[in-house]
Amino acid sequence: MAAVVIENLVKTYPSGHRRATDDVTLEVSDGEFLVLVGPSGCGKTTLLRMVAGLETPDAGTVRIGERDVTRLPARHRSLSMVFQSYAIFPHMTVRQNIGFGLTMAKVPRDEWASRVARAAGLLNLGDQLDRHPAQLSGGQRQRVAVARAIVVNADVLLMDEPLSNLDALLRMQFRAELKRIVARLGTTTLYVTHDQAEAMSLGDRVAVMREGSIAQLGTPMEVYDRPAQRFVGGFLGTPPMNFFDAVVAPDGHADHDKPVRLTAGDRVIPGPARLSGWAGRPVTVGVRAENIEVSLQDGPGRSHAEVEVAEPTGAAMLLTVRWGGDELKVLAPAAFPARPGDRVWLGMPEHALRCFDPETSLAL
Amino acid sequence: MAAGPARRALPLILPSLLFMTALFLLPLITGVAQAFRGPDGLTTGYLRRMVDDPYFWQAARNTALLIVVLIPLQFALALAMALLLRERPRLAGLHFYIWVIPLAISDLAAGLVWLSIFTDRGYLNSVLDAAGISPYAWLSFQHPATMFLAVVIAELWRATSLVFVIVVAGMQGVPRDYDEAAAVFGASYWQRVRHVLLPQLRPSLQVALILRTILALEAFAVAQALTGRNFPLLVGETYQWYTALQNPNVATAVALVVLLLSVVAAVGYLRLMRHGPEPGR
Amino acid sequence: MRAQRLWVQAACVAISLFMGVPIYLITLAALSSRESLNDFPLSLLPTHPSGETMSTFLRSTGILGGLVNSLTVGLSTVALSLAVGLPAGYALARYAFRGRDAYQLSLLLTRALPIVVLSVPLAKVFLTTGLYDTAYAVTLLHTALALPTTVLISAAIFVGVPREQEEAAMIFGASPMAAFGRVVVPQALPGIAASAIFTFVLSWNEVLGASILTLNRRTLPAQVLATLGESPLAFRFAGGLALVLPALVFIAVVRRYLLNMWGTPLR
Repeated sequence: MAAVVIENLVKTYPSGHRRATDDVTLEVSDGEFLVLVGPSGCGKTTLLRMVAGLETPDAGTVRIGERDVTRLPARHRSLSMVFQSYAIFPHMTVRQNIGFGLTMAKVPRDEWASRVARAAGLLNLGDQLDRHPAQLSGGQRQRVAVARAIVVNADVLLMDEPLSNLDALLRMQFRAELKRIVARLGTTTLYVTHDQAEAMSLGDRVAVMREGSIAQLGTPMEVYDRPAQRFVGGFLGTPPMNFFDAVVAPDGHADHDKPVRLTAGDRVIPGPARLSGWAGRPVTVGVRAENIEVSLQDGPGRSHAEVEVAEPTGAAMLLTVRWGGDELKVLAPAAFPARPGDRVWLGMPEHALRCFDPETSLAL
Repeated sequence: MAAGPARRALPLILPSLLFMTALFLLPLITGVAQAFRGPDGLTTGYLRRMVDDPYFWQAARNTALLIVVLIPLQFALALAMALLLRERPRLAGLHFYIWVIPLAISDLAAGLVWLSIFTDRGYLNSVLDAAGISPYAWLSFQHPATMFLAVVIAELWRATSLVFVIVVAGMQGVPRDYDEAAAVFGASYWQRVRHVLLPQLRPSLQVALILRTILALEAFAVAQALTGRNFPLLVGETYQWYTALQNPNVATAVALVVLLLSVVAAVGYLRLMRHGPEPGR
Repeated sequence: MRAQRLWVQAACVAISLFMGVPIYLITLAALSSRESLNDFPLSLLPTHPSGETMSTFLRSTGILGGLVNSLTVGLSTVALSLAVGLPAGYALARYAFRGRDAYQLSLLLTRALPIVVLSVPLAKVFLTTGLYDTAYAVTLLHTALALPTTVLISAAIFVGVPREQEEAAMIFGASPMAAFGRVVVPQALPGIAASAIFTFVLSWNEVLGASILTLNRRTLPAQVLATLGESPLAFRFAGGLALVLPALVFIAVVRRYLLNMWGTPLR
């Protein structure tokens, strides 16, 4: 096992006009499960493929453990990988597929058989070993791809959107299973996905990527609760963070502990105290749907809104409300009795507000 | 980085490039030299001998006639065959197998196959005789019409499969959704064929048309087997000049005419299909 | 609807008869005794089955030699066109190199032009290089004819094996050659075999070039063509069957691949 250190990686494809990865630096600690997440085209897969040795960077280095592997072919990097399309070999049986890496490493026959059997058992493939991939379901093929990747005991495990071809239910089930298996192995893992829920649930840390750079790196709760950029807040979470424009009230008191007032149109809400130096200037306010308190009665600090759509999700009631000139998503209790056209009152605790500079989109 | 893929691809494609240059460009240059250079420098003597030969014009006329009559028939038949197969008839697999067998038969073999039918004491006259109709000398040079008919039928039999296979392959690329959508909106079968299927088959038809025309320009052994030199074709004249008359220079001149006609046909079709009116409008 | 189905069936049967009956008749003629072929009217049923016509044909001058030459040229053409064409097909399938489109276009062009009409100048070239009247000469010409198709078909076959599978093999320790051999080749093999048979038949059928490039070492069709004028009908029928037989086998073997072969690389 080993850490992966990525330094200043740059890659431009011949056909692309901008950099696929733009000076990316990232360290995956020994035994860590790190998830790269971002919208399509953000460079996450390119980054993974450069670590794998399937793509050569224009500049920068990749190190695995103590070794600089930047110019090393994939087969000498001691890593293994699960591909988005699975890439299991259709002309081989499940057994041959799982044992492929061991065959290449010329592992003795007895050890080969026992290791393949163990990996197959771990992924519940014991009964399928003599079948061909064409006879398997999508989920089973996925298991073969994972078994093939873990059986080789590589230093680093790479996964490129391994769950994206499964249907929603299977994806949820297998996600938990994958987390359990990887935790047991303790292998350093770099995992790429575009699915933010997957990123949150699997990663020890999550790196959110955008346009070839890492927008934010942190634990799932850090990036979820304290997005460093407006983009991160808008990308993570279902529904994504609500944003609206406001102005910090210009009644500039120098007291840094007292909350400030934010005005958004005719609505006034309390804002975080650290904005006191920002008095009189515009901000973009972000607030998560579940952090908005919704009530049928008026009260201190509340402002009114009108329900436009009410969607019961079972566990909760997702409301789309018109709040002044803005549209907000609000997560209400499942039994909340609201119908389109109803008037409700919203409260936004100042500690749940995240404010961004409208010009740079960076958090204040 | 643009050099990367090129550097890896070049050693792989280089042998094929050299090979094609050596066997296409080299003989082309030698051929032009052969046709236009005599013992005393440049000459049009070989060209003149070619055009002074009555067989040449007869061959040119026959070749043109064959193409004009054969190709429309062939495309109509191939389209009909493909449409029939699309209806999923019983024994479709067997029919398909029988229909594509001629694909692998040479024009010489096709000529010999139909010779057994059209020859004076052949199977066609045997059947006619059994039906009480007096036999007919189909392949006699005194009956140019039936001689031509025999060549057309033999070529129709041999070479329709190629068009058929290209059309079927093209049809497989046309999603059935379009056809079903058109049916839902009330289009009749022929309207659907005309306005939905044919326009989408255009690339396939284009390829088939170019390929077939050029292959038809090359046909000669079928006529040779059926009629000897009574129904001369252009490529057959190349063969005659080279083997029987032992004059490679005139033979090359005829060959260059065939090559030129092929290029004209290919370019002409491409332009016609690209700029011509959209079908179905 | 029922009447329509009936028409479809009837039309299919009619076309099958048009395509199939001539094959039956040439087989019948070639497998009848020589005297029975002089009868008139000829019987449409095998009343005088005999191997005599075929065996006389095979014993005629130049026929057995032509058969051997045809096989030699055919197999050499397959080997040479695969050796030159497969790497190029792989490059077309895997690398987006500069000039790729131009290369592909030139392939389509050489394939569309009747290269075989260049046989006469080629004969001159071969005369000066000492290749004239050898199996090599015909092999080279036939390879030039088959090469564009081989490249385009093999490119289509290699595209069918996802790049990711090769990458997976390399991740798990295979060298590029091992990945090609263990992962790509087994999956491409049926298609390549079909393309090889296709090449063989192309060579087996080609008659003009083979006639012009050889004098004594003729291939079977060249030999049949050369003696066409002075040979009896029975000989010609037997020659017809000998040339048709491989076609029947060929189509039976590659039927499943026909559509892919003519469909994909042409577009």
